[in-house]
Amino acid sequence: MDTLLAVRARGITKGFGDVVALDGVDLDVAQGQIHGLAGPNGAGKTTLLGLLLGLAVADSGRLEILGTPAGRALAAPDGVAGFVDGPGLYPSLTARQNLAALAALRGRDARTAGVGDALDQVGLTDVADDRVRSFSLGMRQRLGLAAALLTEPRLLVLDEPANGLDPVGKKHVHGVLARLASDGTAVVLSSHRMDDLEALCSEVTILATGRVVFSGPLSKLAAESRELDYRLRTSDPDAARRLAVDTAGISVVDDAGTRHDPEVLVVRAPVPALDELVAGLVHAGVAVRELAPLVSPLEAAFLALTERQEAGR
Amino acid sequence: MTATIAHNAVRARPVPVPRGYRFELVKLVSQWRIRLLVPACWIAPAFFVAGVSLQSTLPSDTLFGRWMHATGWAGPLVMLGFAGTWALPLLTSVVAGDVFASEDRLGTWRHLLVAVRSPGRIFAAKALAGLTVILLLVAGLACSSVVGGVVAVGNQPLVGLDGRLLAPGDAAGRVVLAWACVLAPTLALAAIGLLGSVALGRSPMGLLLPALVALAMQVAQLLPLPVAVRLALPGYAFTSWNGLFTSPAQVGPLLTGIVVSLVWAVLATTLACLLFLRRDFTNPAYDGAGRRAFTLGLLPLAALTALTVAVIAVATPSLGSGIRQDKVERSVATAFAHLYRLQTRQLHRPAVTEARLRAGAACTKSDGQGAQEGAGNDWRCVVTWHLPDVAVAGTAVYQLDVASDGRFVADGDGPKEVNGYFLVRTPTGDAPNPLWQFDGNVELLDTTSKG
Repeated sequence: MDTLLAVRARGITKGFGDVVALDGVDLDVAQGQIHGLAGPNGAGKTTLLGLLLGLAVADSGRLEILGTPAGRALAAPDGVAGFVDGPGLYPSLTARQNLAALAALRGRDARTAGVGDALDQVGLTDVADDRVRSFSLGMRQRLGLAAALLTEPRLLVLDEPANGLDPVGKKHVHGVLARLASDGTAVVLSSHRMDDLEALCSEVTILATGRVVFSGPLSKLAAESRELDYRLRTSDPDAARRLAVDTAGISVVDDAGTRHDPEVLVVRAPVPALDELVAGLVHAGVAVRELAPLVSPLEAAFLALTERQEAGR
Repeated sequence: MTATIAHNAVRARPVPVPRGYRFELVKLVSQWRIRLLVPACWIAPAFFVAGVSLQSTLPSDTLFGRWMHATGWAGPLVMLGFAGTWALPLLTSVVAGDVFASEDRLGTWRHLLVAVRSPGRIFAAKALAGLTVILLLVAGLACSSVVGGVVAVGNQPLVGLDGRLLAPGDAAGRVVLAWACVLAPTLALAAIGLLGSVALGRSPMGLLLPALVALAMQVAQLLPLPVAVRLALPGYAFTSWNGLFTSPAQVGPLLTGIVVSLVWAVLATTLACLLFLRRDFTNPAYDGAGRRAFTLGLLPLAALTALTVAVIAVATPSLGSGIRQDKVERSVATAFAHLYRLQTRQLHRPAVTEARLRAGAACTKSDGQGAQEGAGNDWRCVVTWHLPDVAVAGTAVYQLDVASDGRFVADGDGPKEVNGYFLVRTPTGDAPNPLWQFDGNVELLDTTSKG
């Protein structure tokens, strides 16, 4: 299969004084792919996103963005848009003026640059003529995304785009990103919210202390995951507990830190053992009302991988 | 198998400076303080000048203030003196001192870099936009004060600092030239503002820097410094326009001040640019250039000052105060002669020329004790003059308060009908006596031949 890459990074290293922010990072992001970047604070996510946006130059390694090798000078090639550490907006301008000024900066007529369409896509049409100083964090995030859309990017780089978003805003942002990806735009986004990454991304890269500890499809990450804790609500909690204890590979977690609910049982199990338990419950005539991981597979893998990396240092 | 995108690969194309300039102007003009300052500078001076000109008490301690009743061209010069002391340093602080720091405060540097793709072009656009707004504000101050003066008082001749009457057209040209001259030190302060804004990040010190530097230079001008040091400071050009209102004009100090200011403007802007280009924009905790601000900001400007002092000291005999007895005597006698003619016309006495008056002055400092040079309010001049067909020479005494920059105020103490009283009785009623108190200027450099 021949996949066109929007980003190809090999052995990227970047340091700030004595601090190594990125240490031999490899990254591939295909066109039309939404690629998640996860990692604890200080893992190097923002530094990596900054390199993609042309805000910094790697100390060593090779970075190609949209087919153009990143040089020693700052500035990303055309077709790259996005933000790190929050969108850059001018509070004394309205939302529309912010976008119009940006469109004019790129040499486009503000009237025909699609300012209204961009605002509409992120759900800010109603507040288009309000000054940005009155905007909430979520509204600013959406306006930052609208600003990126104006440039019709082929690579969109977003740092924590879900920060401060309410459910409606989140729906808008997810919809826009999915639409962009389907049109062939590569999206690289970082987030601490694993549910967002799981909902949006086809691949993720997990960074810990400047190094890649995992990179690949989410399905691969799930397969690599060890036992997870699951929340199980049934019509007969006592019978469910007996069956869980009797099923090989399953252990009942009595102190899972969850709110006490007599109908809920927390079990720790790999996926095959969990399948066997569900079959047993059905066979015993116990209704399964809820079965969900306490933490998402991505979050579990994230915690496991980053803790392993920290322990190895 | 994977391949990076090879087709349609486009390298970074930085945004052209004119577009960046427009973007920066939009941002500047959207700030409430700029929106407030622009109309204020274009409206308030007119009302100020008109108001002061129409009231009975004039600001006679301000240069040209005593002539605000007589001509509309005095008002813009009073405003210019005020602007050089207060308004221009503060305006440059508000505009240039904040033009880079505002991006730090808003956290928009990364956004701007992604959008423009060239730190050098961002610097150029910001510097030009800041300069445009500053020029707009200075133009407003000048135009508004001219309109206020001319509308309220009229287009009358102006009395120069040597007592000579300048025709309205001549006065207008010199007023415009004087305002143009202070653009040079204003640019120097603006460049210092850019430097402070880049070097000190979001620190309020960056915003205050031009005002503080201007204040320091004003204090320096009050000190009894050698002329070479005085002229080597860009703030001198805020007062050297005084030399335009003598005949011949005192162009030596004026041009020196302008050149020094422009060199400061170029150097400070270059240093600001260098600091800006070396900045690490990936560091969100950036809060000023720290030690680099000292080595790339302060040291070169200190070196420039030392070099300028050396050049001026070598090029001109200017290691003293520049205020010598003979120069004071010449200035007082010249101004007296011209003003005597003015008084003669007021009183409809027979006309007399300066040549026939043969006015002279004998001046002493501290009653002749100590060195007969330097600033101080202890200068005393005895002025003598001759009238046709009168055998005895007239005499009048003046107490002089000479400032370090060469400007002096002569306070008359002589015959009531000459300089002993602040009013003279003219056929049309009482009028201010031009010889009772007058302003003058001693040229600090020995470059201009005296007329």
